[in-house]
Amino acid sequence: MSTAILPDTLRAGPDPMLPRLATVRRRRRDTSQVWTLDIEDSVVSNEPFVPGQFNMLGVFGVGEVPISLSGDPAVQDQLVHTIRAVGPVSKALVRLKPGEVLGLRGPFGTGWPVSDAVGRDVIVIAGGLGLAPLRPALYRLLAQRERYRSIQLLYGTRSPDDILFRRELLAWRRRHDIAVEITVDHAPADWTGHVGVVTTLVSRSSFDPAQAIAFVCGPEIMMRFAIAALGQAGLADEAIYLSMERNMQCAVGVCGHCQFGPSLVCRDGPVYRHDRVRSFLGVKEL
Amino acid sequence: MKIEGLERIISEHRFFAGLDDGYCRLVCGCAKNVRFEAGQYLFHEGQPASQFYLLRHGRVALEISAPGRGTMQFQTLREGEIVGVSWLIPPYRWTYDAKALEPVRAIAMDATCLQQKCEADHRFGYEMMRRFVPVLVERLHATQLQILDVYGNPA
Ligand SMILES: Cc1cc2nc3c(=O)[nH]c(=O)nc-3n(C[C@H](O)[C@H](O)[C@H](O)COP(=O)(O)OP(=O)(O)OC[C@H]3O[C@@H](n4cnc5c(N)ncnc54)[C@H](O)[C@@H]3O)c2cc1C
Repeated sequence: MSTAILPDTLRAGPDPMLPRLATVRRRRRDTSQVWTLDIEDSVVSNEPFVPGQFNMLGVFGVGEVPISLSGDPAVQDQLVHTIRAVGPVSKALVRLKPGEVLGLRGPFGTGWPVSDAVGRDVIVIAGGLGLAPLRPALYRLLAQRERYRSIQLLYGTRSPDDILFRRELLAWRRRHDIAVEITVDHAPADWTGHVGVVTTLVSRSSFDPAQAIAFVCGPEIMMRFAIAALGQAGLADEAIYLSMERNMQCAVGVCGHCQFGPSLVCRDGPVYRHDRVRSFLGVKEL
Repeated sequence: MKIEGLERIISEHRFFAGLDDGYCRLVCGCAKNVRFEAGQYLFHEGQPASQFYLLRHGRVALEISAPGRGTMQFQTLREGEIVGVSWLIPPYRWTYDAKALEPVRAIAMDATCLQQKCEADHRFGYEMMRRFVPVLVERLHATQLQILDVYGNPA
């Protein structure tokens, strides 16, 4: 592809449409439909990715899809992606075995404004697979824990079997400097945790709405309810960030596939400040 | 002394926050302190809904059983919340089981007693409904999300 039509920021470097080769180093199953791949890029970047960014992962002969980075941005020689097998490309990705090769472009997109959270209460609300793009932000927050006031992770998912990163969540739960609350939509009778939608955790969490910041990621309906609950708790729209998903192709702001209102998710998102996208959220056919 | 203690507990409970003293005394006349051990049931599906509970300590799971699917928890409630809304509308029977997940301390409210007081004083009845309706609406919203199964079928 000619680089002439690319945005200025991308025109200078190597052709962002050209995938690099990457190798799967490790694959583990998180839940019945979700796998995490550790991938080694053939070109190791000196720049850490920004939590919230995504890569385009491709399986040759099948296709390419956007997948968020879910690992620790401080670990630069390994890219971690958590993938739900829903269709042809994602199913092909999770079938890749250690040693097998895939195509990789990125990282792309905007990230969670972790530096804006300094000195503030941080509320991280994740729904289902939405925990994956938020995990890098949590690593960053915990790496410099003293810079923030309270940190709360409110995580809602379908059932106890669908809890992602279970061991890590349990380890965080044992720490005293982060509050981890997990709730499921329904559970078998032997479950002793919370049952109910994630918004019920918002009304129970304590933070100072005048100086808190919230990062929200999950299915769009869940995000709308979570944002409403945050608003009810007194948080301003300017303090709420969310990550949007739209089908994508080029990932570099050219093809227009991922249009969301007047913006393109690949270029202007996926992380947006709520007041900037409020009027497009929940609007059909956007 | 005992009544005074109950009145204080009720007036400090999240659900009755801001209730005027006179109404607090009316509520108190229908209330008593109760305890449940972990694993003990507060009530079972099908039984008459003659009481509801204001949770003071401990968590309670609401469960429903279906043949072949076993018992599922669909909501857990904790201190500051209300267990049971079936006493509000006929046929005044529980439509689920409620189980203490841990030692629970609660205030049990006699539903008939409270209903009679609501009938006798509609202002008081309105005050009660104003507190129950948000609980019902919140549960309706939660049910909407659960029915949509948003995590299972991504939107
Ligand atoms: C910025 C961004 C970040 C993303 N991050 C991740 C990530 O970290 N992990 C991940 O697994 N996915 C992520 N996705 C979603 C992922 O890109 C899609 O699931 C993928 O494109 C599906 O491609 P497919 O060929 O496997 O299935 P398709 O053939 O495209 O779809 C198969 C079925 O899955 C449904 N589907 C489409 N999108 C989704 C979705 N988002 N979730 C579930 N079902 C869907 C379709 O409606 C269809 O019914 C992200 C998407 C975006 C835009």
